[in-house]
Amino acid sequence: MAETITLEVARYRPEQEMEPTFQQFEVPFRKDWVVLDALNYIKDKLDTSLSYRWSCRMGVCGSCGMMVNDEPKLTCATFLSDYMPGPVRVEPLRNFPVVRDLVIAMTDFMVKLQRVKPWLIREQEKPLSDGEYLQTPEQLDDYKQFSMCINCLICYAACPVYGLDPHFLGPAAIALAQRYNRDSRDEGSQERLDILSQHDGIWGCTFVGECTKVCPKHVDPAGAIQQYKLEATKEWFKSFLLPWGAK
Amino acid sequence: MSQTAHTAHHPRWYRTRVSTYWWSRKWAYFLFIVRELTSLAVAYFVVFTLMQIHALRQGAEVYAEFQEWLRRPLLISLNAISLFFVLYHAITWFNLAPRAISARFRGKRIPDLLITASNYGAWLVVSLGLVWLLSGG
Amino acid sequence: MTKRSNEPFLWFLFSAGGVVAAFLMPVLLFLNGLAFPLGWLTPFGYEKTLDLVKHPITRLLLFVMCSLPLFHWAHRFRFTLYDGLQIKHLNEVISFLSYGGAIVGTALAGYLLWNIP
Repeated sequence: MAETITLEVARYRPEQEMEPTFQQFEVPFRKDWVVLDALNYIKDKLDTSLSYRWSCRMGVCGSCGMMVNDEPKLTCATFLSDYMPGPVRVEPLRNFPVVRDLVIAMTDFMVKLQRVKPWLIREQEKPLSDGEYLQTPEQLDDYKQFSMCINCLICYAACPVYGLDPHFLGPAAIALAQRYNRDSRDEGSQERLDILSQHDGIWGCTFVGECTKVCPKHVDPAGAIQQYKLEATKEWFKSFLLPWGAK
Repeated sequence: MSQTAHTAHHPRWYRTRVSTYWWSRKWAYFLFIVRELTSLAVAYFVVFTLMQIHALRQGAEVYAEFQEWLRRPLLISLNAISLFFVLYHAITWFNLAPRAISARFRGKRIPDLLITASNYGAWLVVSLGLVWLLSGG
Repeated sequence: MTKRSNEPFLWFLFSAGGVVAAFLMPVLLFLNGLAFPLGWLTPFGYEKTLDLVKHPITRLLLFVMCSLPLFHWAHRFRFTLYDGLQIKHLNEVISFLSYGGAIVGTALAGYLLWNIP
């Protein structure tokens, strides 16, 4: 009953090679194992030098995003049984520079995320004595979906536009901007408009739609971007036709 | 972007260049490019219509010649292929349009399906209406 | 404050053109390109066709149908060239040729439909 499955894992050790290579590992097959379990087995028993990111192992931290058979996935949520008899090809997340083995550099995303100001912007903060900001269930519903993002970068791996133009803001950053734009407590829409309505902002997006397809938390970034295109267009006409009323 | 400090093992980040044929690697990417290329069929039909209007303006004889020219197998094939692409444009357009409309504004009360169905319904009415209006001799 | 892009206007033209093309083109291409030439349906004779096209509403509709979809093509094709052939560095040339082409087409449509003898 010693069933095994082969994993072809990308290795990249900049101190000893110029290009990534693949290394094969025979890993025991268990029905309840995910790809992350297999990687942990490799690191524990077969090759301790393997480098990769993971944390919660339950699909909420966004650390373990990798390419599994050329599809971007959370390795903690991808069952080995779906790939039997194998082999399973594990590579670092596409469209990002590879630092080592399966670890990518996510600095670009961190910079872009900061750029869209993903926090509540208010002209005047309410004093604590006034109590909490109240929100109806409908108001919560307006942005809740976009707040489910775990910053796993799987949408960036799936987005061909980001792959072709690294200046593109990307799905998650725009969806998160929308999360705040749509929040009834936020007053920062105009500020974010200047950042988002740029050629490397929302206008680089051609609605391929892959980001929404691969998102493990069903955020629908493609929908967020298209909706924002409509809003940005309305704002453009408003500022064009009613410049005195622009606010 | 950030500067990495030199260490004994100089860190080099490996960057893969996107292939010119990236759109052929995944079925979804390929269908996306097909969808985008439908714009060529759309432009073609504008040219076709302008040619038709031009012929119409030049009198019955020229118009009759134009009609004859349209019966050539090459033109029929070209128009059949264009029709496929124009239909592909219409279908993908109606399927995707609801995603852009903030019908979710009021707590998702307007489901996507309703918007898509209304689009197709209106399209059917317009199409059948035009067939009824323009044919019959 | 970074200057706001004018892309919204181009996207608006693209969308409007897309709607017009989606609603009108399939049936009209079917009729004029296949059904009438192949004899599946009978078209109007020359005189009746001329009368129909001369009508101001028809001329307006035809003008809209020959103009907006060209801008739809221009915008979409421009991005297809950027992403498909990775020639974004030629964006000035591409924009000039695509939107320029759409403007020329619109002018031509206007000229042809302005006055029908």
